[in-house]
Amino acid sequence: MGICLPNPGEAHINGVIVPEEKAYEEAAKQFLMAKVPTIFPGPLVLWAWNEKAAKKATAIRHLYNTLKECVQPGQTPMLIPMPDYRPKYPKINPEVEINPNHPNLTIWHNKIDCCMFVGVHCHQANLALKIIRGGTSCYTIAMCAQAGHEDAMLSFRDASVEKIMKLAEWVRKLKGTVQPRLTSAKSGASN
Amino acid sequence: MADTHSVIGTKNKKGQTFTDTWKMMNDAPRTPSFYTGSEVIKEALRRASCDVMIAYPITPQSEAAALIGELFAEGYIGDYFRGESEFAVMSQCAGAAFGGARVFTTTAGPGTMRAMENFPMWSGARLPIQMIVTCRGINSPLSIQPDTLEIAYLLNTGMLVWHAETAQDFFDWILKGYMVSEEPDVHLPLALCCDGFFVTHTKDVVNLTPADMCLPPYDPYRSPVPCMDMECPPVRMMRDPFVMKSNYISYATHASWQQEVWAAVERSRKHTIKWLNGLIETENTDAEVIIVASGTAVSQGREAIRLLEDEGIRCGLVKVKVLRPWPGEEIREATKNAKHIIVPEFNVTGWLAKEIKATIPNSERVHAGPRVCGGMTMPPEIIVSEIKTLLGIHTVSMASRG
Repeated sequence: MGICLPNPGEAHINGVIVPEEKAYEEAAKQFLMAKVPTIFPGPLVLWAWNEKAAKKATAIRHLYNTLKECVQPGQTPMLIPMPDYRPKYPKINPEVEINPNHPNLTIWHNKIDCCMFVGVHCHQANLALKIIRGGTSCYTIAMCAQAGHEDAMLSFRDASVEKIMKLAEWVRKLKGTVQPRLTSAKSGASN
Repeated sequence: MADTHSVIGTKNKKGQTFTDTWKMMNDAPRTPSFYTGSEVIKEALRRASCDVMIAYPITPQSEAAALIGELFAEGYIGDYFRGESEFAVMSQCAGAAFGGARVFTTTAGPGTMRAMENFPMWSGARLPIQMIVTCRGINSPLSIQPDTLEIAYLLNTGMLVWHAETAQDFFDWILKGYMVSEEPDVHLPLALCCDGFFVTHTKDVVNLTPADMCLPPYDPYRSPVPCMDMECPPVRMMRDPFVMKSNYISYATHASWQQEVWAAVERSRKHTIKWLNGLIETENTDAEVIIVASGTAVSQGREAIRLLEDEGIRCGLVKVKVLRPWPGEEIREATKNAKHIIVPEFNVTGWLAKEIKATIPNSERVHAGPRVCGGMTMPPEIIVSEIKTLLGIHTVSMASRG
């Protein structure tokens, strides 16, 4: 609680402020190591409420497609939306969505061991990231459009179309150079 | 969609230029003006690009609410109206902020206490409302003289809490306060407190920024929560609190929510240090005796230090500007050489001394006093007398002062 967030041009990895370039490399590695690398797009990019949001959504789809092209057999990239923040009872369907009030259900159900939040309002992202960190061992990445998230294990700030595309480039660049965690007996997602 | 930066250099309907706040506060020429604290609040608001001000007339504590009404009549405030009580005002402030407005209000003493339920709600809903608290007595018999007991109640609401010493602090901090509390990683309400009557009713020279410059407007699209979405928290919590559901997930969500509010208080530290040039100010921290104070007790402390210097006794000073986030590290560092830490306060319980004792090593060094309450003044001679007593120096009784 309360680490110092990165300044523009920086990111953080496990709370340590690093140059943004280093974070691209680490995020791409984590995606390529994961058995179920997953992108969680939120309302700010799921709805075309302005031109920038629509362009970001296209970039996120490109990142997802790049992930699918670059992983090895046995790895299963996923794209699961967080369409809104409504509390849902008795519970959400973890196969089709993630909800900030019980994000661990989606992580557990799909055995997600690395995820990236993008387009989620900061408060809701931090809420979900705290619960994921407390209840799972999933590696968390935040592509934040504002100041970044200390509750993610790796966080970018000032997310833009260019930054999302750059992460996709890094995934492609590291393709075949990272050993996936396929041999581990359990998914990293369990608590 | 509003873009704060795109409007810099353009003019508002009153002909004021939206100005980069850093340049406006640090580089723009200042005009010395002789104003009461209440008038200073009005002048700060003139430059604050405030969308909504909701008032409960707290005269005689402060004329600020009425004076800002004049600003509305002149066209400087987007909307302005009177609530039927302080509780109503603070609830209406929440509604305006939920809708994406920059909101301002004022309160004091019993009004603060009446409205108290709203303050943790503001924090939990991440609403960057600015509330001026011109502190006065909260208990019967009532008093409009300064008594800072109400600040103690605000410290655990999740609001940012700053304590101004002078009208100049007030002018600058009202404008800078919006810059801190509207940062997306903070986005919390600010209780900007002063010791009422002393600061609000007395005139002082205050250096004002040009009246034709104003803050850039609030950009609600940088908010960490969606504004005015009736289906989603935080608005939805008003009608369907998930915390009412008795299951583990609800508890986990609520716990994370509270942690996030207090993490945001901590994150404000970086921005507050930048805008206020630190959470504390210090003088002579190598002295054996240090006065640690906030609000007008700082001014009385300064005068006591001057009187002690005349007698060859060296004394240091720590002015605590910000109470939330709490400047624990800064106070530990500033008091590390002190043998005696004197904490003069304008309240009966000594909440500042308790906070300091909980922060520093060897807390028996803290002398929780002198304290006055119920609107009494604190002559600097009382502080001098206490310090001399602590140092084992003979002092004349103050009883004859009446």
